Amino acid sequence: MTAKKKEPAIEGWFTMDSDKPHLLGSKCCDCGTFYFPKQKNFCKNPSCNGEEFEEVKLSRTGKVWSFTNSCYKPPEPFVAAEPFVPYTIAAVELEHEKMTVLGQVVEGVNVSDLKAGMEMELVLDTLYEDDESEKITWKWKPVSA
Amino acid sequence: MSNDIAIIGVGMHPWGKWGKNFVEYGVKAARDAIKDAGIDWKDVQFVSGAATMRCGYPGYVAGATFAQALGWQGAEVNTSYAACASGSQALAAARAKILSGECEVALVIGADTTPKGFLAPQKGRRPDDPDWVRFHLGITNPTYFALYARRRMEMYGDTQNDFAMVKVKNAEHGFSNPYARYKKKFTAEDVAASAMVADPLRLMDICATSDGGAALIVCSMEYAKKIGRADAVKVAAISTVTPTYASSVIEMPDIATDSGAVVDAQSFRAALPVKAYEEAGIGPEDISLAEVYDLSTALELDWIEDLQLCERGHAAQLVREGATKIGGRLPINTSGGLACFGEAVPAQAISQICELTWQLRGQAGDRQVENANVGITANQGLFGHGSSVIVKK
Repeated sequence: MTAKKKEPAIEGWFTMDSDKPHLLGSKCCDCGTFYFPKQKNFCKNPSCNGEEFEEVKLSRTGKVWSFTNSCYKPPEPFVAAEPFVPYTIAAVELEHEKMTVLGQVVEGVNVSDLKAGMEMELVLDTLYEDDESEKITWKWKPVSA
Repeated sequence: MSNDIAIIGVGMHPWGKWGKNFVEYGVKAARDAIKDAGIDWKDVQFVSGAATMRCGYPGYVAGATFAQALGWQGAEVNTSYAACASGSQALAAARAKILSGECEVALVIGADTTPKGFLAPQKGRRPDDPDWVRFHLGITNPTYFALYARRRMEMYGDTQNDFAMVKVKNAEHGFSNPYARYKKKFTAEDVAASAMVADPLRLMDICATSDGGAALIVCSMEYAKKIGRADAVKVAAISTVTPTYASSVIEMPDIATDSGAVVDAQSFRAALPVKAYEEAGIGPEDISLAEVYDLSTALELDWIEDLQLCERGHAAQLVREGATKIGGRLPINTSGGLACFGEAVPAQAISQICELTWQLRGQAGDRQVENANVGITANQGLFGHGSSVIVKK
């Protein structure tokens, strides 16, 4: 059996580097404010008239701000496995960018395994599969795990 | 010069899942408010409606829809949409009209009919829409409420039992409110036995969506005097400020916060009452009671702190002491709050003001707070909408 093709679930939001993936954000060329997802036209800092942005790889580690899980199957466009498997979610603060980014946490890590301030790293994992391909997303994983 | 306006009439339609047209709820609430004011519908010169997005075109032009249903009589109309703050924006529009001298008496009104089940995004693949992306990634509305709740547990040592006590307290408050949808005295055991939705929040920690309607008759102080209502409860301040960049708290429906790398991070919820306090010339120490937007039990605790009614991190202690109960030193959500009502978006901010008005008049029956002189409301919705209104004797 051949492995299915791996495709990003959302194009252009992260690198497909399975070893050391990064979220792809943007940075205002005038004031240096970071954006995720990418801001492409006008800077949202009210003191900045910037209209040019460079794509930047965001820090791939950060600290847990808060966390929860999803005990019930979300509505579409979420594609749920049958039977539905609950998953953990974390909000992770990136120190350099001073922003908090949400994401699922890798399977096997439960709410009881997490604490605020815990170091997390970005990994790639399957969001769902269809007949042709595996749809890939970013997830957070405790650095110690 | 005083910027006060008088609230001479309040009215509501009971919250529930009645499945009727939203116009019926609004007209019932309006007729009650008009009767309460002791005026004639034809005396109303301005109808300021809060829109509903779920009931088609009549909902988008709610001001006109209600004016027509009450019987066209030539009044000017306006419709406001500001998510959960729609009712406050409709009130702000009426106040501006009154204070500018363009009208003397106005009807502020909102009503909604809500669909069954969970709210879900529109169909179709839209990777440029953050609301679509977050649902695709499995991040639902309760996710955000749960992140805030867990943050309290991690930072301040709040417990799930503290959250349950908020539900128990609100259930007690709403038990005798004729307009509340849920009238049952739930226990902490009931909450703990309900299904976990998004850890640490259980089903009974999270508010439902409801049908309902609420209305106010507001007027100039001169008009109130003229009709012998100079002692009416007054609107002392309305804050509908937007957030200030950079927002430091993850907000629905975003995947990430703003970056605080080059500008200081700000809290939107905490900013909302600041303008209201300034405008009213009233401080948190003057507040007798508050109606806050308890989309979740834990969020009520955040609001108490955002309104500066206690130090950051101390709200759970107030609940444990019983201070936030009717009879305590700082009653919160005497109506029963969203826990007993469920959210009827365009009516909710107006219903908060109805409750404060009854309390300040001494007409709250079994829910009456002693020596209620000043009340404050707070709510927040999507896309930078929020409000805080102060009413006083």
